Amino acid sequence: MKIVVCIKQVPDTKGGVKFNPDGTLDRGAMLAIMNPDDKAGLEAALRLKDQYGAEVTVITMGLPKAADTLREALAMGADKAILVTDRVLGGADTWATSTTLAGALRNIDYDLIITGRQAIDGDTAQVGPQIAEHLGLPVISYAQDLKIDGDKVVVQRMYDDRYHVVEAQMPALVTALAELNAPRYMTPGGIFDACDAEVITWGRADLKDVDDSNLGLKGSPTKIAKASDKVRKGAGEKVAPDSAEEAVAYVIGKFKEKHII
Amino acid sequence: MVTNNIEEYKGVYVFAQQVDNEISGIALELLGKGKELAAKLETEVTAVLIGYKVADLADKLAEYGADKVILVDDPECEVYRTEPYAHALASVINEFKPDIMLVGATAIGRDLGPTVSARVATGLTADCTVLEIGDFPLVAIPGQEQKHNQLLMTRPAFGGNTIATIACPDNRPQMATVRPGVMQKIDPIVGAKANVIEFNPGFTPNNKYVTIKEVVKAVSDTVDIMDAKILVSGGRGVGSAENFKILEDLAEVLGGTVSCSRAVVDSGWKPRDLQVGQTGKTVRPQIYFAIGISGAIQHVAGMEESDLIVAINKDEDAPIFDVADYGIVGDLNKIVPALTAALKAEKANKQ
Repeated sequence: MKIVVCIKQVPDTKGGVKFNPDGTLDRGAMLAIMNPDDKAGLEAALRLKDQYGAEVTVITMGLPKAADTLREALAMGADKAILVTDRVLGGADTWATSTTLAGALRNIDYDLIITGRQAIDGDTAQVGPQIAEHLGLPVISYAQDLKIDGDKVVVQRMYDDRYHVVEAQMPALVTALAELNAPRYMTPGGIFDACDAEVITWGRADLKDVDDSNLGLKGSPTKIAKASDKVRKGAGEKVAPDSAEEAVAYVIGKFKEKHII
Repeated sequence: MVTNNIEEYKGVYVFAQQVDNEISGIALELLGKGKELAAKLETEVTAVLIGYKVADLADKLAEYGADKVILVDDPECEVYRTEPYAHALASVINEFKPDIMLVGATAIGRDLGPTVSARVATGLTADCTVLEIGDFPLVAIPGQEQKHNQLLMTRPAFGGNTIATIACPDNRPQMATVRPGVMQKIDPIVGAKANVIEFNPGFTPNNKYVTIKEVVKAVSDTVDIMDAKILVSGGRGVGSAENFKILEDLAEVLGGTVSCSRAVVDSGWKPRDLQVGQTGKTVRPQIYFAIGISGAIQHVAGMEESDLIVAINKDEDAPIFDVADYGIVGDLNKIVPALTAALKAEKANKQ
């Protein structure tokens, strides 16, 4: 079985968010990590490899430094890594990104494609289903469990108040939730091997059946009109009362002032 | 990207999500917003209702602002699956050519939206929190056409650290998924009758049709925190599942509901449906108590629209104090039970 996992290098927004003195995001100070949902997708693929001897290829689209994240995936146990990078691919929205990745995936044999549900920088959850659409594959989003049954993939698909057990004929695309599993660590041997392992680099010319008009910033139907740091509602009052009684008197006083009680 | 003939595309369309033949709250919220956008554009709001034996839901959509309802009723659409639904909605778009297509950013809409937008080859903006009609570019740029009456879609990114306003100037429909709990429903027009247009594009199962083997519903008797007027929300600082009792007591005396932060769900103290924040639910109650919640940006993104925020935290530097109307630095274990007792006494005095 051949599995391709799409991963993305993202700034770590969880906990370690850093700001410049002017209030803008300090991306340089933030760690670049493998996107958590993608990492769970990779772990799911590696478990299938452990179980059935699958071949696992990881692919990313990004700047050359995204190769670091591919090496991390190799050190975890992926067999092959492909970096899709080209100046003309920059500034892509989800349409152009999914078009690019679909163009790369057309060169690869696969039974199953796994993507993360969403990346923690964009939070769109769009690229996975859009890749499936471009490739004419069945898509199962929001996977919290994934099994293989012959030539079918069986997934627990999460909804707000329920889950469906869904079966799709492979080849298929599944988007993984971080809740799917606890990803393994890189092994020392794996890290050692990954340093020497080849990361295959593809550019625009390697994309199959893709029109230039659908790539990069120019090929993106959505355009940014304005981007800014979030203006937060200002802080109100803050008190540090000496006792619980004083704290309660403060709240009760405020509630009466506001006619809440 | 191939651009389509924009002039042909008219009207504001809303995907009227239903589950188990019940209209989801987000559908009514989108109709409320859709009506406002349609008024600016001097056009109509159309609800797209997809399901099986769902025709009797159409009048409710009319009560909440739908001028028309396009009904796709077919056995294939009984339970949500990406493919028959994507085929249904994409076919409606190709047939009726809406200017704007809104979908809820739910576990259904965030699957349906991207599939449909890729199929009809247009842009999609995810998880919007503000929708307006305006110009693109916002300010005229010499040598570049400024388009009017564009849908301007504002959304948070980077875990709520930044916001971006996005337009889709050259492709139609302009598509957005919209966060539940953010837009306002209108007061229902009692007795409104829907103008229903039946449309069935025909369904031929192919490789993209998945099989649902089982449906497992979560057993939950809790109130939906998105509907609560008063929320008493606890974080890691509460310390244990057992200690949530003091929050429940406070909620009870206020007639409120308990909710929580992600850390609490991750610790297994409370179920996920009570989680407020970026990966949980967006809430805007009249009063939000943030108790033992540090106020990570992902949490704040889900509650900062609350009318009144009261924070109790022992750490005076906790970021929750930056959004709280009333911040109290102190020990929640002492303050919360004392507050409950005082509110009880106030209540008793009034009776």
